[in-house]
Amino acid sequence: MRGSLSPKQSHISTARRLRDDIIPRARKLLRLLVLYTILIALCGFVLLPVSWMLTAALKPDNVPFYSIPPHWFPTEHFEWRNFETALLDPVRPFLRFTLNTLIIFGGNVVGTIFSCTLVAYAFARLRFRGSGFLFNVLIVTMLIPWQSQMIPQFLLFLELGWYGTYLPLIVPSFAGNAFFIFLIRQYMRTFPRDLDEAAKIDGCSYFGIFRFIILPLCRPVLAVVVVFMFLSSWGDLLGPLIYLNNTDQFTIAIGLANFATRYSPNTNLLMAANLVMMIPPILVFFFAQEQLIGGIASVGLKG
Amino acid sequence: MHAVKQSRLTGRMQLNRTLGTMERREERIAYLFLLPWLIGLVVFIIGPVIASLLISLTDWNLLTPPNWVGLKNYEKMFADRDFYNSLRVTFRFVIMSLPIYTVVSLTLALLLNQRIRGMYFFRTVLFMPSVIAGTAVAVLWSILLNPDVGVVNQVLGAFGVANPPRWLASRDWAIPAVILMGLWGVGGGVIIYLAGLQNIPPHLYEAATIDGANSSQKLRFVTLPMLTPSIFFQLITGLVGAFQVFDVAYVLAGRGGTRASALQFYLLNVYEEGFQNGRFGYASALSWALVVIATVVILITFRTSERWVYYESEEDKA
Repeated sequence: MRGSLSPKQSHISTARRLRDDIIPRARKLLRLLVLYTILIALCGFVLLPVSWMLTAALKPDNVPFYSIPPHWFPTEHFEWRNFETALLDPVRPFLRFTLNTLIIFGGNVVGTIFSCTLVAYAFARLRFRGSGFLFNVLIVTMLIPWQSQMIPQFLLFLELGWYGTYLPLIVPSFAGNAFFIFLIRQYMRTFPRDLDEAAKIDGCSYFGIFRFIILPLCRPVLAVVVVFMFLSSWGDLLGPLIYLNNTDQFTIAIGLANFATRYSPNTNLLMAANLVMMIPPILVFFFAQEQLIGGIASVGLKG
Repeated sequence: MHAVKQSRLTGRMQLNRTLGTMERREERIAYLFLLPWLIGLVVFIIGPVIASLLISLTDWNLLTPPNWVGLKNYEKMFADRDFYNSLRVTFRFVIMSLPIYTVVSLTLALLLNQRIRGMYFFRTVLFMPSVIAGTAVAVLWSILLNPDVGVVNQVLGAFGVANPPRWLASRDWAIPAVILMGLWGVGGGVIIYLAGLQNIPPHLYEAATIDGANSSQKLRFVTLPMLTPSIFFQLITGLVGAFQVFDVAYVLAGRGGTRASALQFYLLNVYEEGFQNGRFGYASALSWALVVIATVVILITFRTSERWVYYESEEDKA
């Protein structure tokens, strides 16, 4: 349009260009500038504490931990031995704690995948009397605060002689988790019914249909479940705190909480241990970002 | 003729019967598939919920056989300073944190919904802390918030704040400090709002543009109403979460002193009464009180939701 202006009109076009072209462009540029400034500042708010922590974790014992002004980036000291100390210290062996946490997580993966897929399959694809009612019960159990079950569960496991073992932290997962059942069931409902019918005509049993047709299709939602489970097992503090009483069995969350509260710690080692706790979830986040974000978003939209 | 009809009829009846047995078979198998969950429902949920009510009427302490004490635990609760303090701390946290988290994560979602270069990078960075465990966040920020030499107060000082807050060392600033830690991991909520934003049908914005709406009017009359279901969802999960704050409180209040009472969150008090002092009867009563209080608060929130939450599907039905 502007290109079609004839040369005669060019003397008034300067003012018009200022109005139609330059001012909007300048405003757009200003808007971008403001946006990027805010976004970069926010990234600083997220990343600078982590970078400061790494710097502090790499300081040797004889260097003051706090400095004025703060050292934001690891440029001077590289005491990588601090990580070794944090991981292998006989008083607080964080490597051991990490392995223990992974054992519990592994048990939970087996239990949850086993139980939740079976139950979700029944809710998603089988017809039975009481299915609507039981599904409502499932939803309600998601809303019952866990505190109302915490103490009797503890007393039950104590009676069973499971105190001081990983069993109370693993066995309940074999009974399913309402939230994961819900998530998997929603996913299983999206497959066409013909799938089951065709297999049934071919003489496939219900379990066969579940095992060889439905389950392989569920891989994406199971990936979401495993990522969520990793984050919750890794971070769980209250469960291990209640059931474990021996340093050899401690998880990383108890190890870190004790390190921060009970001893007057070498703060550089505390920061190293804290990084040991933070890095695996961050790695999981980078590798499973899509599953994680997709999972959270789908939960939010259904809510 | 008659015989043929008869046989066809019995044939159909037989078909019905076989369908019936097939259905019954499907039903039996369905319950078999449900079995792990049904057992768990009884053993880990229904049983314990009933048991916890009964235990709350005893003085169970693991050392001596439990005695029936009736409502004594509940009477004791109303005279217990720790109970009132933990309730006050929890409610202060709820009232201060929910509006802040809602506004901040909504604003962030609007910001991250802009189509500009490098947005993937910014989203990745800003979502990252939301996966970090509460314990680790608390440990990191308790160091950053050191009132005298901590990084946060040094930065505030650089911006000219003469008397920066004493954060965890102060009665009034301990909870804001916890909220600040939560803001660091606010990305999880942002994801939900972002999904909500991207679910708003574009034709609504087109219609608003035709009607001559400017961008702030679009925000006020299209975006926000369409996001109310997400806001409501976040409000409910935020409430449930606020009544269950534990990790942060355990790490920060662990050393006693001012912090211990300023950050005595409800669940921390239950944990201490039950698992540290061994008063399982009393701790059960405390848990029940929490369940009742949380349920009431959440029900009230649900009630108000009818007035401000907008569900598109309902509108379609009407």
